[in-house]
This record gives sequence, C-alpha cells and structure tokens, in this order.
Amino acid sequence: MMAALIFILSVAALMQFFVSYCRSLIAASARKALSSDVQDVIGIRRSANAEDFDRVMQYLHLCPDRREDRNSIKAIGAYYRLLGAAGAIMGKLLPSLRVWTESERSQCAYFAAVALDRRIAHNRDMFAEQMSA
Amino acid sequence: MVCSLVRAPLRRYFTLNLYMFMSVLVSAGRFVEFSRHGLTSSEYVYFYYYSDAILTICLYFALMGLYAIVFEELGVAMRLRVFMMLLLIGTTLFSYSVVHQSESRMLTRYIIEISQNLYFVGLILTYVLWAALLKLRESRVRVIQIVLSLGMYFSIHAATYALRNAYPDLRFVWAFLPPAAGMFLPVAWIYAFMKFDDEARLAPARLAAVPR
Repeated sequence: MMAALIFILSVAALMQFFVSYCRSLIAASARKALSSDVQDVIGIRRSANAEDFDRVMQYLHLCPDRREDRNSIKAIGAYYRLLGAAGAIMGKLLPSLRVWTESERSQCAYFAAVALDRRIAHNRDMFAEQMSA
Repeated sequence: MVCSLVRAPLRRYFTLNLYMFMSVLVSAGRFVEFSRHGLTSSEYVYFYYYSDAILTICLYFALMGLYAIVFEELGVAMRLRVFMMLLLIGTTLFSYSVVHQSESRMLTRYIIEISQNLYFVGLILTYVLWAALLKLRESRVRVIQIVLSLGMYFSIHAATYALRNAYPDLRFVWAFLPPAAGMFLPVAWIYAFMKFDDEARLAPARLAAVPR
C-alpha cells in the first residue's frame, strides 16, 4: 500500500518536474533571435508553428551534432510528443488544454530552430578554423 | 565537478561538488567489488545498496546547499538545515522500525525500504524547494535547472524503488531505470553549469505548468 502510494506520487511529481524542466529549457532559448540565414532556410521568423518541429528536427539531424545540445534536444523531443499525445487524448474534452499544448509545441519548434542556428554557427566556426589551419 | 569548478566558485556549489566526488569514489569502489566478487555476489550487492544509501545522504547535503542558495537572502538557511537533518534521522528510524516489525528482518529488505523512503523524502523536499522557487519568483536559470533535474532524479528513483518493493520480480524495469537516471543527473548539471552563468535569468511565470 505504502509502496503503491509512493509510486503514484513519484510518477506524478516526475511528470511535473519534467514539464517544468522542459519549459525552463524552452524559456532560456525563447529570447534568442534567429539568424537571417536560418530564417530563410526554415521559414521561421519570430515565432514557429507546432507543425514546424518535425521539419526543423530533420534539418537538425542533417547537421553534425554538438554534444552539449544532444540531451536537451532529446528532452524537448520527448516533451513535444508528450504534448501531442495529451492534446490528442484530452483536447476534445478540454479545448483550453488543446490551445495550451499547441502553444507549447510551437515553442518546442522555436527551441529546435535556435538549436539548429547554434549548430550551424558552430560548424561554420569549425570550418573556418580548419581552413585557417 | 570540473565544469562546476571552471564555471562557478567552489564554495557556492560545494555540496554539489561533494556529491559528485562521492559518486566517483563509490563508482570506483563498486568496480573493485565487482571485479573481485562478481555481479551476483552478496558482497557486491551489499556494497551497492549501502553505498547507494550513502550517496542519497550526500544528495541530501546537496539539497541543503540549494536551500541555502535559494533562502540566503531570508537568513533561514540554518533552521532549514537542522530541520532537514532531523527529517533524515527520522526517515532512517522509521524505515528501521517498519522492517524490524516484519517477519523476515532481512538486511537487504531494510536497505530497499530505507532507499525508497530516503528517495521519497528527498523528492518531497525538492518539491517544497521548487514551490519556494516559484513563490519567491526565483529567476536564476542555473539554480532552477539544477533543482528540477534533482527533482526528476529523486522521482525516478523513488518510483523505481517503490515498484521494486511492491513487485520484486520486475527486474526488467528496475534494472534499466536507475542507471539511466544516474546518467541524467550529471549530464543535466553539466548543461546547467556550462550553458548558463550564475546571473542568467528567465521569467519565473514561464516555468509553472499551468499558464499564468
């Protein structure tokens, strides 16, 4: 009984911590403006749509990755899918939840775009270093 | 530890460094026991669970350090430390009393019970700290991310140990989750130290799960 109670409470707390952690990652990148090159490539200016996420992730996978970003991108990918599932399952019953999940998913897409911008800048720097060496 | 020392003063995050240092020592000790006695030996099993309990207590100290950072301006850090130490002692005694009353009185049973309770109390304390962060409108990204990753770590371990306590035969679940969670904590802390400096801030309203 005690173990079951601890299990249920722990899973509930885990979900809340995970959502807040992902929101902190997203919030940290929300203020960053995208470079004009990335804006042209992915067609996102100041805000993104939820549907852009998969497309931006495909660009991210094409780009040589940076170890520092890898885990945060995975976490946001999991958060995006979790939001998608929550919106699809409960969105019909709670329309406000659906609006909120869509807004969150669009911010996930913007996070991915900022990560792509960082990766491109990093690879450009690496390339410039190699050329000068 | 290296990231923390490079990117922040040692004294400020001393308890986090202490935990990481102990974690390295314990990992080395486990490797020695594993090499000498093998994975299924009782020596290795006892060493694993007792060292895990010691690491959890070190994590309590890390949590106390975070409480001290968050409440440094209110000047109540000392009282909080005393309260947390009492809670730690209380949890240990409670776990012992629960197992002492049971028929088997097995030491392994005791260590699983105490681990489950220690992780759960750690989870509650982290949750209280998280609530305090929101209430005090704490905006330092590094502190926020360290606290949240610690909360996830405690949650995963508390859930895993509870599942293990209830269903001891579900080996395929609790064989993979704790190592994955163990890897997550240092990675998340490295990210917090390397990515953000101590003064990096964000709007606290963006963190609450319910939009404000």
